[in-house]
Amino acid sequence: MSRLQVVSGKGGTGKTTVAAALALALATEGRRTLLVEVEGRQGIAQLFETEALPYEERKIAVAPGGGEVYALAIDAERALLDYLQMFYKLGAAGRALKKLGAIDFATTIAPGVRDVLLTGKACEAVRRKDGAGRFVYDHVVMDAPPTGRVTRFLNVNDEVAGLARMGPVHHQAQSVMRVIKSPETAVHLVTLLEEMPVQETADGVAELRAAGLPVGDVLVNMVRPRLLDEDAVRAAAGDRRAGVARALAAAGVSGPERLVDPLLAQAAEHARRVELEREQREALAKLRTPVRELPLLGGGVDLAGLYHLARTLRRDLGVSDA
Amino acid sequence: MTAAEAAPEPAAVPHALEVDPLLDDPATRIVVCCGAGGVGKTTTAAALGLRAAERGRKVVVLTIDPARRLAQSMGIEELDNTPRRVPGAGTDAGGELHAMMLDMKRTFDEIVEAHADPERARAILANPFYQSLSAGFAGTQEYMAMEKLGQLRARDEWDLIVVDTPPSRSALDFLDAPKRLGSFLDGRLIRALMAPAKVGGRAGMKFLNVGMSMMTGTLGKLLGGQLLRDVQTFVAAMDTMFGGFRTRADATYRLLQAPGTAFLVVAAPERDALREAAYFVERLAAEDMPLEGLVLNRVHGSAATGLSAERALAAAENLDGARMVDQGDGQTRVGGPAATSPEAPAPEPTTEVPPADAELTAGLLRLHAERMQVLARERRTRDRFTELHPDVPLAEVPALAADVHDLTTLRAIGAHLATPRQDR
Ligand SMILES: Nc1ncnc2c1ncn2[C@@H]1O[C@H](COP(=O)(O)OP(=O)(O)OP(=O)(O)O)[C@@H](O)[C@H]1O
Ligand SMILES: Nc1ncnc2c1ncn2[C@@H]1O[C@H](COP(=O)(O)OP(=O)(O)O)[C@@H](O)[C@H]1O
Ligand SMILES: [Mg+2]
Ligand SMILES: [Mg+2]
Repeated sequence: MSRLQVVSGKGGTGKTTVAAALALALATEGRRTLLVEVEGRQGIAQLFETEALPYEERKIAVAPGGGEVYALAIDAERALLDYLQMFYKLGAAGRALKKLGAIDFATTIAPGVRDVLLTGKACEAVRRKDGAGRFVYDHVVMDAPPTGRVTRFLNVNDEVAGLARMGPVHHQAQSVMRVIKSPETAVHLVTLLEEMPVQETADGVAELRAAGLPVGDVLVNMVRPRLLDEDAVRAAAGDRRAGVARALAAAGVSGPERLVDPLLAQAAEHARRVELEREQREALAKLRTPVRELPLLGGGVDLAGLYHLARTLRRDLGVSDA
Repeated sequence: MTAAEAAPEPAAVPHALEVDPLLDDPATRIVVCCGAGGVGKTTTAAALGLRAAERGRKVVVLTIDPARRLAQSMGIEELDNTPRRVPGAGTDAGGELHAMMLDMKRTFDEIVEAHADPERARAILANPFYQSLSAGFAGTQEYMAMEKLGQLRARDEWDLIVVDTPPSRSALDFLDAPKRLGSFLDGRLIRALMAPAKVGGRAGMKFLNVGMSMMTGTLGKLLGGQLLRDVQTFVAAMDTMFGGFRTRADATYRLLQAPGTAFLVVAAPERDALREAAYFVERLAAEDMPLEGLVLNRVHGSAATGLSAERALAAAENLDGARMVDQGDGQTRVGGPAATSPEAPAPEPTTEVPPADAELTAGLLRLHAERMQVLARERRTRDRFTELHPDVPLAEVPALAADVHDLTTLRAIGAHLATPRQDR
């Protein structure tokens, strides 16, 4: 298992949810994972039902078997100020820069700089060791920007090489790229079994590969349960009305005659959806990446749901419990 | 349905959103479709544009990031940044449909070309800082969408402009991002950076105050001097346009506040989407921007709402039980432990059901039960919204089995939008 797990995907497909579930899944027995957020939205805090995360690593969950999940909301502005402090011992001067809008400039608009700061912080956590020389975190899971921006985000080297051609930011970019382009990293894409997200996933995989970034798994989220097998769906389309009406009556449903048409119409709709999902699964299979599926949780995702998704992932990934 | 089973009446019953009167009214000049990503903004914008055109208005739809096949079906898959006539739209009522897909970079380039002499324009377009900026940094897409809207409105060729909004995380970005980018481009920092270049490079440095030189110095060290030089060159070349960015953003913003502009918030009947919609509703009110209503998209329905999820599941269990007491002659006798469930009346003991029918019917019933659970959840979510915002008119569009990418389906969605909500 790669030590840096980056989770991207189309907006709204469940990146934050899946990243959190993955961090939980990887935090088995005695392991420690860090879940990082880079978009300043406090999605992790919402998901874990805690108050807003400060710019500081803190424990947010305990995984079954004693593992620990830490979380960090990386703030680009703070990361830059830390940086200035580290290299230039700027205290008050840093605040002056802030007043002038320079920090804003460097973190919000100056292309790539923000991304270097964010990825740099994550990579630092990946490499960090304790006094005994052991890694502090067994895995770092990043809730990354969406597919459309992720290649550029991770490929800070190219971006920054074109813009900041020297100086600490340039060096940092290079050390970030050493981690990100290595097998230490896997970039997963979350998708749904719908046309637009699958298309975006295919484009994303191609783009990541073209940039030499390590593509991990495709994680299909919100997979609906299969309630009718394909034979039944086909049968429903044929003439089984009389049989269905009789079975409904036998099962004690009142007014069975009136129900046959609506129930068969729902089955036909279901069949159509199953067919579309089959097409999307085929498209995903062509990408030649492992594909894993996560169920749709009917009532939305609460803390219990998150643990459930983590369990599914742990089983699929074959993460040992010890 | 028995009285005990009926869902409790929602305390607040929302008004129906009257789409046709809105689209038909000659005073309506701009309709903006906002909402969180993936909820159906582009689909709704396209469907409204088509409907308005087929009802007789000359319409242009500005789409942003449409699904590939939707763009193809409207004949706008090539990005040339100008509206194209949509051939399949009906013209019997005397209307026309035009559509375009926003090209953010092209729009930015056009602003540059329109405001700088050719030589300067070339220099700007080739500048690395400009290239990164125009390829999409925070707010560029929103700014360019507003810009394009302003341009289309200024041409005054259309009765109605329907605008889609960028797929941002928050619907509010559409309102806020252009000003942010405008302020940045016109801002203090840029001016400060511009100063040395303006007064003639190095020679001008001595006029800079200490803070400024410290800043460029530090940033220069941190980022590498080249980046700052690129920014300075960019800023110097853009000189003629400064002040213009924020002014333009403000002008379009005023356009959105003017009479004749209507906002529709699109949301899926899910907690997060509706929370986002609620923020937007509150914000529009605070800005004196006219909210026309909420489009609830991808709502599930059923033609058999009389059969509750619980009953359907109990009946399915009866049939499962039936399969277990197979009589050996290919027939089964219904009657398992589930038959005694209080929800389902005891079946007639003599009924015989072939196992294949029992199995199929149990599947149909489970499918129905799942549908009813979805319905109940969506309804609760919707009711929570209407409880808090009882004055927001509502239209509902059903979740179709397949994605939307032809004019026929857009037309159907348009019809749903215009049909008052039937309480499910
Ligand atoms: N497996 C699931 N079952 C049910 N609901 C889910 C599942 N996964 C995610 N969701 C829900 O989908 C919504 C979007 O999820 P999430 O916020 O994780 O997506 P995202 O990709 O991070 O979104 P954004 O692009 O806005 O950052 C949330 O309401 C979440 O609870
Ligand atoms: N009512 C609907 N029924 C079924 N699919 C829909 C419906 N509305 C939208 N879609 C599909 O959902 C996807 C996202 O819609 P889109 O309009 O592009 O969303 P947005 O512009 O808000 O990001 C598209 O594939 C579209 O075809
Ligand atoms: Mg997220
Ligand atoms: Mg869209």
